Amino acid sequence: MKVLGISAYYHDSAAAIISNGEVLFAAQEERFSRIKNDAAFPVKAIKFCLNEAGLDLKDIDFIAFYDKPFLKFERLLETYYAFAPKGFRSFVKAMPVWLKEKLFIKQFIRKRLKQLTGDKSVSKIKIVFPEHHLSHIASAFYTSPFKNSAFLSVDGVGEWTTTSFGIASGEKGVQVLGELQFPDSIGLLYSSFTYFLGFEVNKGEYKMMGLAPYSNLESKRVTTFIDLIKEKLVDIKEDGSIKLQREYFEYPVGLRMVDHKKWEKLFGFSKREPGQKLTQIHSDLAFSAQNVLEEILIKLVKHVKKVTHQEYLCLAGGVALNCVANSKIYNQKLFKDIYIQPAAGDAGGAIGAALVTYFLKSGKTFSGMKEPFNNYLGPNYSNLEVERALRKYKCEYQYFESETDLFEVTAQFIADKKVVGWFSGKTEFGPRALGNRSILGDATDPEMQSKLNLKIKFRESFRPFAPAICQEDYSTYFLEGKPSPYMLFTSKINPSHINDLPEKFDTFSLEEKRNVVRSKLPAITHIDFSARVQVVKKDLNPRFWKLIQAYKKQTGNAALINTSFNVKDEPIVNSPEDALECFLKTEMDVLVLENFLIIK
Amino acid sequence: MEFISEFFLFLKERKKWWLIPLIVIFVILGSLIFLTNGSALAPFIYSLF
Repeated sequence: MKVLGISAYYHDSAAAIISNGEVLFAAQEERFSRIKNDAAFPVKAIKFCLNEAGLDLKDIDFIAFYDKPFLKFERLLETYYAFAPKGFRSFVKAMPVWLKEKLFIKQFIRKRLKQLTGDKSVSKIKIVFPEHHLSHIASAFYTSPFKNSAFLSVDGVGEWTTTSFGIASGEKGVQVLGELQFPDSIGLLYSSFTYFLGFEVNKGEYKMMGLAPYSNLESKRVTTFIDLIKEKLVDIKEDGSIKLQREYFEYPVGLRMVDHKKWEKLFGFSKREPGQKLTQIHSDLAFSAQNVLEEILIKLVKHVKKVTHQEYLCLAGGVALNCVANSKIYNQKLFKDIYIQPAAGDAGGAIGAALVTYFLKSGKTFSGMKEPFNNYLGPNYSNLEVERALRKYKCEYQYFESETDLFEVTAQFIADKKVVGWFSGKTEFGPRALGNRSILGDATDPEMQSKLNLKIKFRESFRPFAPAICQEDYSTYFLEGKPSPYMLFTSKINPSHINDLPEKFDTFSLEEKRNVVRSKLPAITHIDFSARVQVVKKDLNPRFWKLIQAYKKQTGNAALINTSFNVKDEPIVNSPEDALECFLKTEMDVLVLENFLIIK
Repeated sequence: MEFISEFFLFLKERKKWWLIPLIVIFVILGSLIFLTNGSALAPFIYSLF
């Protein structure tokens, strides 16, 4: 049975194709359209999936869309009705989109696919609509190594549900045991802080997470903020359910997330505008919000353990991309193991919708993945296609017949503190670059974080970089934490690699704190000595594994900087042309495109 | 027709007949807005709608 999964219209639209329960291909529309988090109907991603799988529409048994539009429309109507006449401006903006497309999604999917393929058989394909959180849960459980597990899915909002938990069973499917419903939303609570701190909602949450460690619990202001949040904004119950104080939030029907005046009065400072200088008070509030999120999630996970009695846990939804919170959950040791699918946000809904449709319609039993889920599911380019692009851009290049030679030369450039663009194999599915569309650098260079942030990625200087390390070397550099091939957990740097901090470090400004060389791997050591590690497994990404091994052989160091191959506010590169464009407009030194090497 | 019958089944399953007058009013109002500005581009900074 073949199922085409689609997620679209809210953020990060995507398509995936599965055959008999196996994910064959998946891609986010942003990689083709070059619009970050593109929410448009994923025409290009669908075309890619069908072409790569060598399938026509007549070969598809089901099309699965990742949420229920009627149920979402019901939520909208009831919310507007409940808040009327407040929310009229939002209503005016929302209705045209609903009346033109979203409400008629089934007809719209057929129309677009017919336009795309010219195939009239599309009218015969059954289109199904699994619920939003069911799609999230399925994207995690049906790619996990577990036969049975508890699950917890947390995001902004789907139809009505904002949080869902229960038991997923390979035989019995997904059994929901509890939910939180709109407007009480853990994801939207976190996004409200993202908004107040001047970052973009749905895109800037990870920036706020990265800002948080510039503060700590020792700060009196932080404890005051945490008390204020719990007293005035959110009532946290023992089971992890929450009740938001409605008068502080405008997102249910407004065009802003929060009531500016009330928040400014509560926290004693003005809403930060995008681009405005970040100061200690901003990181104090970011830390407080992160702390409250962690408290809610830990209470929830404890409750999930209590009611499910399961040994394993699958986490899903956009909030499961918060690697700091994931690690706090993992360190509770409530479950033997935790699994998170790397595209835990809405893009992954395309995979989940397709997988749950397959298992429901076929009646097959899921017995856990035998191998780690391979999320290198996107476009792949041959050396011939790369050479064509290089000629188009009139680049001088060197071709390596031998991969070993290529790895050694590339490793030498990294060891010489050069910044290397690394383009290899299939594009990753999900928000993280995991060694196929990556920018690589030397993690021991104290200047590298600034160089990469300001001259290559053109992004905020406070943001840390993640390391990639071969599985075999993980424990030499890191303690605790869960070694993750998908950068979904943080680990603590081994104390033997940590330097002594200067006196009165806590009184330093954000910039001063960042400039202190805190470890032997300064470029990947965050301010709190944590790192979002990618553990590279030889069987999952052999080329990247061999490159890191070549670097280790030359330098004795086994950790590389691995950051996504893009600049600020652009999607990760997809094609050789995208990579060349990015290479030429930044101060990147070297580019490796499959077996070709280009030096600037 | 397919849309109308599916929406009818949805209301029946959810037992939300009381939404019908609301839908009629909102759809008329929404159609007017749609016809007057014609834009179907999602203008939102948050994707709740």
